Amino acid sequence: MNLRHFISASDLSREDAIALMDTTHEMSQVGERDVKKLPSLRGRTVVNLFYEDSTRTRVSFEVAEKRLSADVINVSAKGSSVSKGESLKDTIQTLAAISADIIVMRHGASGAAHKLATSDWFQGSVVNAGDGTHEHPTQALLDAYTLRTKFSETPLGADLAGLKIAIVGDIAHSRVARSNILLLKTLGAKVTLIGPPTLLPSGLVVLTEGAFYDFDEAIETGDFDAVMMLRVQSERMQAAFFPSEAEYSKLWGLSRDRFARLSKEVVVMHPGPMNRGLEIDSYVADSSNSAILDQVRNGVSARMAVLFHLTQSERGLE
Amino acid sequence: MIFTLRNVTLPTGETSNVVINGEKIDSVGPEVLGETIDCTGLIVLPGFVDLHTHLRQPGFEQSETVLSGSKAAAMGGYTAVHAMANTIPVADNAGVVEQIQSLGVEAGLVEVQPIGAVTLGLNGEVLSQMGSMNQSKAKVTIFSDDGKCVSDALVMRRALTYVKAFDGVIAQHAQEPQLTKNAQMNEGSVSAELGLAGWPAVAEESIIARDIMLAEVTGSRLHVCHVSTRGSVEQIRLGKQRGVKVTAEVTPHHLLLTDDLVRSYDPVFKVNPPLRTKDDVEALRSALIDGTIDIIGTDHAPHPEESKDCEWSAAAFGMLGLETAASIAQLVLIDSGKSSWSRFAEVMSITPAKISGLNHQGQEILAGSIANLVLINPEVKRLILDGGQSKSNNQPYTGMTLPGTVAHTLFRGVFTVRNSELVERVQ
Repeated sequence: MNLRHFISASDLSREDAIALMDTTHEMSQVGERDVKKLPSLRGRTVVNLFYEDSTRTRVSFEVAEKRLSADVINVSAKGSSVSKGESLKDTIQTLAAISADIIVMRHGASGAAHKLATSDWFQGSVVNAGDGTHEHPTQALLDAYTLRTKFSETPLGADLAGLKIAIVGDIAHSRVARSNILLLKTLGAKVTLIGPPTLLPSGLVVLTEGAFYDFDEAIETGDFDAVMMLRVQSERMQAAFFPSEAEYSKLWGLSRDRFARLSKEVVVMHPGPMNRGLEIDSYVADSSNSAILDQVRNGVSARMAVLFHLTQSERGLE
Repeated sequence: MIFTLRNVTLPTGETSNVVINGEKIDSVGPEVLGETIDCTGLIVLPGFVDLHTHLRQPGFEQSETVLSGSKAAAMGGYTAVHAMANTIPVADNAGVVEQIQSLGVEAGLVEVQPIGAVTLGLNGEVLSQMGSMNQSKAKVTIFSDDGKCVSDALVMRRALTYVKAFDGVIAQHAQEPQLTKNAQMNEGSVSAELGLAGWPAVAEESIIARDIMLAEVTGSRLHVCHVSTRGSVEQIRLGKQRGVKVTAEVTPHHLLLTDDLVRSYDPVFKVNPPLRTKDDVEALRSALIDGTIDIIGTDHAPHPEESKDCEWSAAAFGMLGLETAASIAQLVLIDSGKSSWSRFAEVMSITPAKISGLNHQGQEILAGSIANLVLINPEVKRLILDGGQSKSNNQPYTGMTLPGTVAHTLFRGVFTVRNSELVERVQ
C-alpha cells in the first residue's frame, strides 16, 4: 500500500482496506498493554488543525498520535490567526514552515483536505478528519473495523462481503455516510440508505443497493446485520428539510419498537455525538446490541493504523 | 493608409482580396492596392462582439483594467466588448458609464460599450437611471445586474417596461436566489458525491420561464445571459415560437466543460452559472446551431490569484474567456461538421452587434463597411499555457489544445493584432 495522504475512503482498494483493518487490530493490542506506546512516529510533528468544533475526533487523533510517540500540536480555529481572517493557504504555509510532517485537518469546506493535498502549500502528508459535507474517511475505517470484529470469525484478513448495512438519517449532509458508502462497498457489504426524501440525494443512492423513505418498510424487507444512525442537526430543520424534531423522530428515529423488529443480533452504530430521543432511543443506544463505545475505542486504533501506514509509505517501506 | 488583404477566404468559402482604405473597406474582389498581406488559408469575419465582459474597472484593477481586457479582447479577435456593470462604483449612472467608455477610447484596441445596471447598486429593488445612461455619451442600450438576478418579479416587469422608452434590452442573470443559497456547483450526481451544495437547473429555468412571460406581456426585449441547461433551452425555444422578443447567449465554457471537472476541487472550474452535465452541453450546442441560442458571450471574469488558490467554497466564481472563445466556437460549429462560418459570424459578431445596436460592428464584409475584421487560421492547433493578456490567470483551458488561432484583428482599419501578436498602439 502506498498511502501518501488519506483524503477519501475511495483512496483505498479492497486490499488496502483489509491491510489497514489488520493494522488496526494490531494497534488495538497496544491499547491493552501496560505501556501503551510505539515509537513509529518518534521525532515527527503532527498538527491537528481543526476549523470546526470536535471533541471525539480530535481527542481520538491526539491519543493515536501520542501512542505512536509523535510530537503533537493542536490548532483550533478559535483563538488562532484563523479567526483573524488568514487564508487557508497562509495558515498551512505557516505550519509547513515550522516543519510539520503530517497535518490532520477538519474543515468546513468540502474538498479542503483534497485542495491541501494537491496544492504546493505543504509537502507532508494530509489526513482528512472531516471536510464539510464530503468525507470523513477515518470514521469509515473505524466503522468497517468495528463491523469486522462483530461479524468475522478471523481477526485478520477478512472483508465484509455480504453484510447488509442500513444507514439512516441525513445522508445528504453527512460526511460519515459518504465515506461509509464508499468503503463498505469496496469491502463487499450491501448498503441501504433510509431517510426523508429531502435528505436523500439520488446521486448517492446509485452507489448503493437502494433507498427507502419508509424506515418500517425497510426493516420488514431488509434483514439488516447492522444499522448505522446519523446525527440530526437542528439547522437542517430551520432550512426546511423536515418540519419538526418530533416528526423526524416518529418517522426516522430508531425507537424501541423499531429496534424490536430488527434481527436479534443486529449491531447498532452511531458516529456520535448522539441526540438521544431524537434519532436514537436511549434504550437502544445503551443496549447490548449497541457498538457505539466500541466505535470510539476502535477509532484510536484505526487512526494509529492510518498514521503508521502514512509514515511507512513516506519511508518507502511499503 | 491603403493596403490589401490578399487571397482571404470569405465566410461563404469564396476567396477574394479585401482592400482597406483608412477605416473602411474599399473593395472586396480582385483589386490589389498598396501593401499586400498574404492571407491565404485565413478566414475573414466581421470583428467579434462580446455582449458579456467583466473588465473590472473601476474598482477591481488588480484583476483587470479596461486596457488589459481590451488587449485580451483584441487577441481573441474582438473589435467590441460590452463591459458588465458590477464594478465599484456600480455602473448605475451616466458618470460611471461615460468613464468606462472613455477608458475604452483611451485604450483604443476595441470599442468598449458599457452595460448599465438595472437597479441601483445592483440591489434588485430600485431602478437605476437607465434613461440617463442611454442619453449619455456612452449611449447604453443594454442593462444588466449580472452576477445577481433581478429576482423580484415586479422590479423585473417595471424594468422591462421602462426601457421601451429607448428600445433598451434587459439582460438577465437567471438565478432564483432562494433555490441557490450557498450553492457551489451543479446539482447532480457529482455534487452528491463531492458533498458540495447543489445548484439546481430549475433555479435558472424558473426565472427564464417567468421572464419570457413578462417580456410577452410587456412586449419588451429580453436577453438571457449565459444559458446553461437543457431545460433553459426548451423555455427559450417555446418563447421564440410564441413570438416573444427574447434572445439568448451561451458561454464558451458551457459549450465545452462539464461538472466532472469539479472532482479536482480546483476553483478554476468554479463559475456562475455552474458547469453542467454532458447532456446539457449537447443541448446547448444544438441550440446554438439551430438558432434557439443567438450568440456566444464570453462572461470573461478575471479574478486574482488569492481568489482562486484556496478551498472551493472560499473561491470566487468566474473564468477567463476572451482569448479562447473563437476556438471553442470553431470546435462546436466548424470542426463538428454541423454548421458554417456564416453561422459563426452570426453568433460571434452580427447578432450581438444587432442586439446592442452597434452600427459599426458586425457589418457585412462589403465595400463601404467599417473595417472591423478578424482573420482566423482554422488549421493551427494551439496549446493553452496561461491567461494570456489578462491581468488574471484563472484560465480553465490551461493544458488543453484548442483549434484555430486569430492571425490578425483590425479595429477601424488598424491592426490591433498582427501575425497573432498584439500591436501596441502608438499613443
